[in-house]
Amino acid sequence: MSSERLKILTANADIPGIETFEVYRKHGGYTAVEKAVKTMTPDAVVEEVKKSGVRGRGGAGFPMGMKWSFLAKPEGVPRYLVCNGDESEPGTFKDHWLMKTIPHLLIEGMIVSSFALGANTSYIYVRGELMYVVKILEKAIAEAKAAGFLGKNILGSGYDLELYVQPGGGAYICGEETALLESLEGKRGNPRNKPPFPAVKGLYQCPTVVNNVESISTTPWIVNNGGEAYAAVGIGRSTGTKLISASGHLKKPGVYEIPLGITVNEFIYSDEWCGGIRDGHHLKAVVAGGSSVPILPAALLLKTANGEDRLMTYESLADGGFATGTMLGSGGFIAMDETSCIVRNTWNFSRFYHHESCGQCSPCREGTGWMEKVLHRIEHGHGSMHDIDLLVDVSKKIEGNTICPLGDAAAWPVASAIRHFRDEFEWHIKFPQEATRPGAVYRGHMELA
Amino acid sequence: MKVTIDNITVEVEPGTTILQAARKIGPEIAPPAMCYYEPLKASGGKCRACLVKVTAGSEKDPRPMPKLVPSCITQVQDGMVVENTINQQVLDTRKGIVEFLLINHPLDCPICDQAGECHLQDFAFEHGMQQTRYEEERRTFEKTDLGPNIQLHMTRCILCYRCVFTADQITDGRVHGVLNRGDHAEISTYLEKAIDNDFSGNVIDVCPVGALTDKTYRFKNRVWFTKPVDAHCDCDKCKGDVTLWYRGDEVIRVTARKNQWGEVTAFICNKCRFERKKTSDWVIEGPTKVARHSVISANKYGANKIVPEFARRLAASQYKDVKEGRNLEQLSIQQLPEERFKQLVAPAGESAVAGIRSIQNWADDK
Amino acid sequence: MITEKPRIQFTPERLERAREILTHYPEGKQKSALLPLLHLIQEQEGWTSPEAMDYIADFLGIKPIEVYEVATFYTMYHLEPVGKHVIEYCRTGPCMIMGGEEVYAHLKKKIGADDGETSPDNLFTIKPVECLAACGWGPCFQIREKYYTHLTIEKVDEIIDELKK
Ligand SMILES: Cc1cc2nc3c(=O)[nH]c(=O)nc-3n(C[C@H](O)[C@H](O)[C@H](O)COP(=O)(O)O)c2cc1C
Ligand code: SF4
Ligand code: SF4
Ligand code: SF4
Ligand code: FES
Repeated sequence: MSSERLKILTANADIPGIETFEVYRKHGGYTAVEKAVKTMTPDAVVEEVKKSGVRGRGGAGFPMGMKWSFLAKPEGVPRYLVCNGDESEPGTFKDHWLMKTIPHLLIEGMIVSSFALGANTSYIYVRGELMYVVKILEKAIAEAKAAGFLGKNILGSGYDLELYVQPGGGAYICGEETALLESLEGKRGNPRNKPPFPAVKGLYQCPTVVNNVESISTTPWIVNNGGEAYAAVGIGRSTGTKLISASGHLKKPGVYEIPLGITVNEFIYSDEWCGGIRDGHHLKAVVAGGSSVPILPAALLLKTANGEDRLMTYESLADGGFATGTMLGSGGFIAMDETSCIVRNTWNFSRFYHHESCGQCSPCREGTGWMEKVLHRIEHGHGSMHDIDLLVDVSKKIEGNTICPLGDAAAWPVASAIRHFRDEFEWHIKFPQEATRPGAVYRGHMELA
Repeated sequence: MKVTIDNITVEVEPGTTILQAARKIGPEIAPPAMCYYEPLKASGGKCRACLVKVTAGSEKDPRPMPKLVPSCITQVQDGMVVENTINQQVLDTRKGIVEFLLINHPLDCPICDQAGECHLQDFAFEHGMQQTRYEEERRTFEKTDLGPNIQLHMTRCILCYRCVFTADQITDGRVHGVLNRGDHAEISTYLEKAIDNDFSGNVIDVCPVGALTDKTYRFKNRVWFTKPVDAHCDCDKCKGDVTLWYRGDEVIRVTARKNQWGEVTAFICNKCRFERKKTSDWVIEGPTKVARHSVISANKYGANKIVPEFARRLAASQYKDVKEGRNLEQLSIQQLPEERFKQLVAPAGESAVAGIRSIQNWADDK
Repeated sequence: MITEKPRIQFTPERLERAREILTHYPEGKQKSALLPLLHLIQEQEGWTSPEAMDYIADFLGIKPIEVYEVATFYTMYHLEPVGKHVIEYCRTGPCMIMGGEEVYAHLKKKIGADDGETSPDNLFTIKPVECLAACGWGPCFQIREKYYTHLTIEKVDEIIDELKK
């Protein structure tokens, strides 16, 4: 089966030695650079990316071609392309996998994309914990440069590009694009207020495009095969393929490249993908797009509130809004079976956001800590019933009122867990002795799948 | 260009922010600002106290903005329509912001030098809830000295970054900054370094709360017992325009002059601030004209807006002040007997402001 | 007699590397090198001491406070001395639901150090960290640049025994 699927990013992933320039090149690597710099104008590349309909794979899903067309182009001011390889969203590990497995794909994508945007210096910002990946990328860059695909006058086209890898220092918030730019400027990762947007004032106050590793890695294929071919895959505005990081209680966790549009059911249960829930267990809940998106109980994940099959697309996962839907986000798919405690996991995520808040704006700085403390109390048997509504209220006071979306990202998991699993919170509060026994999980009414 | 705020239309220059436009209309309309500080570049956008609703983006594109926007850094567009005091979502959100700023804030007003001229007190009085819902442990820090004349009470800091911008923009060597992150973020020098600079004292004036205070003034007095007087001197370092704070015949504090928004109009040097404390050092101009923005001088707090907790704290501070002289360190609100509080504040009725006044009168009688 | 602490400076190889890093950025933007240089000096010194930070400030021509602000913001810089191996284990949701709790409890017992502590033999320091982007391969920890994934109690024993040799 899987061999028939169109693989845009991972077709060559299993080839031994694909991380080296030679092998990558032998399997058609860097042809997109040749095609772009020798036969296309930058605008023509932008046009193909627009036609492809590819949407940002970092989480927000903003159409990449449209973002590129917003880039300001004042005379005499450098422009920058910065690749976001900060990948720190719990549940997401696809960029990590892609960069270490096929580093040249990203390098090739960076060259093609920088050419399209008219950038002569570009950066790949990689989270500092992935220092070994930084070294893999640096090696790949050196190889590409030695072969004439980087540096001055690439392939005699007159186009110059220097590409550098920048390590972060350990901070989830640096995945937020303006925090990332601050960090790249050698500062604390405090997100900037917007406007101005990076497209106008980004790195060093110059026009800048920030794109995710996976987003950029689609561009070689799009240049080679055309935007229309890319758009032919997928459904509606969810075009192309998407890397899904599958984790949790699955038979086969891992990174999968799926054509957007398969059903969630197929993704979880088919042997082509995750192979179902680990033996002897049943699916209870899923966080479908990275820790920031609303958690859904199994039933609502597999079918929308209207009873339709839910698909792995931006639109279908969001069907029902926050009341009954969620988001595709960055594709961090965390499956939880009936042994998982929702309260404990919500507290865990809450601690994560508390820990990762930059602390600049008061709702997030104070609110994330408050939520964590209340959840910690409930989880440890010291909650009271009014804590539940308090949590909902605090999450609402944070949501939408902060400088950057980390505030929302901290609020949604809490609000959605209470929305869908209120019983379980109440059980923790009503029966603290039972709930705090090691390994205890709620066995009340719930629909498993 | 024209912008309409709470149904009042005003003509402003392009580049004006919503907050500046609202200030132009008047203090009743102006959103509160805890981090924005007009004299400091790049300030604002952090505290979220000034969030407002834009119901129409501009003449050209009259769609409403989906989220509340920080008025201090959002520029007006021609034909923009904004709601501040007339929008319930804005008022509710502001209540939330007060609550967030207070959850980790100490109940220190009775022993805080800023009491009576504290923007957080004002903000809480005007926009806060009746009482806190926070039951968790509060974050605390040790107090430290930043050099011989400045004390840092980090527990009271609201991380507005004003002092950081001040050090960056008006002194020639910043040695303090924001360390750590999230709710562990703190103002610090990291290693015990004294802030030693001719203009370092200005961080005291820009601080909206009692986090940075003048050690030469500490516990000398409560601000409401002092009399501000404008004065100047011939200073070779700064313009020399200051406000002197008198208690009786004694100059107990020197600060920069501030406008009606509590913003310094001309920064002063440390010599003027810390060393010129004799009347003979100064040419007196007359009583400070600008209305003090303090909770005890303004009449802008209506009866229905009172926050009992704050009122109680203030009342307690004054009561204790009088009763126990200056021994304020061990004071806490709980020490004000309920009976006494009722006696002092409740009969005055209408508002805690009046209540506090009555305490003041009572104190003056003694 | 007053003995002065030896001044910290890059080894010749690292100095070369540091100079190369500076070329990554446009004129006047050398502060951009701060994070990579802090990694470099920490790799050399084992931790990010105040002296190390002052050296980097000097190297980049920026104020020391600018370095402190940054070093304290990010989690990878060890602001206190650490043991020979720093074990940074992922305590975030996906690793925890895969049995992280038991595995890490065992790890701490085996090493004889709790979160943030260094083992008595000064070999190991334990640091809980947030998501390491290895969720499908959890539980996991990292020792320097190396990732150890799919951890079980037995695997932890093997790894630690190996490192003790
Ligand atoms: C708190 C936060 C963390 C984020 N982390 C990442 C990340 O690790 N990687 C990423 O590509 N985008 C991340 N984003 C999204 C980026 O801000 C940005 O939208 C993205 O890099 C744009 O690239 P794309 O359009 O190709 O997705 C994050 C956003 C927020 C608010
Ligand atoms: S929302 Fe949180 S992370 Fe984002 S700027 Fe505000 S405090 Fe920082
Ligand atoms: S006076 Fe202001 S800064 Fe001082 S304790 Fe009260 S609220 Fe806090
Ligand atoms: S010390 Fe004062 S001025 Fe400085 S950040 Fe804190 S509240 Fe603001
Ligand atoms: S005054 Fe506008 S956000 Fe603080």
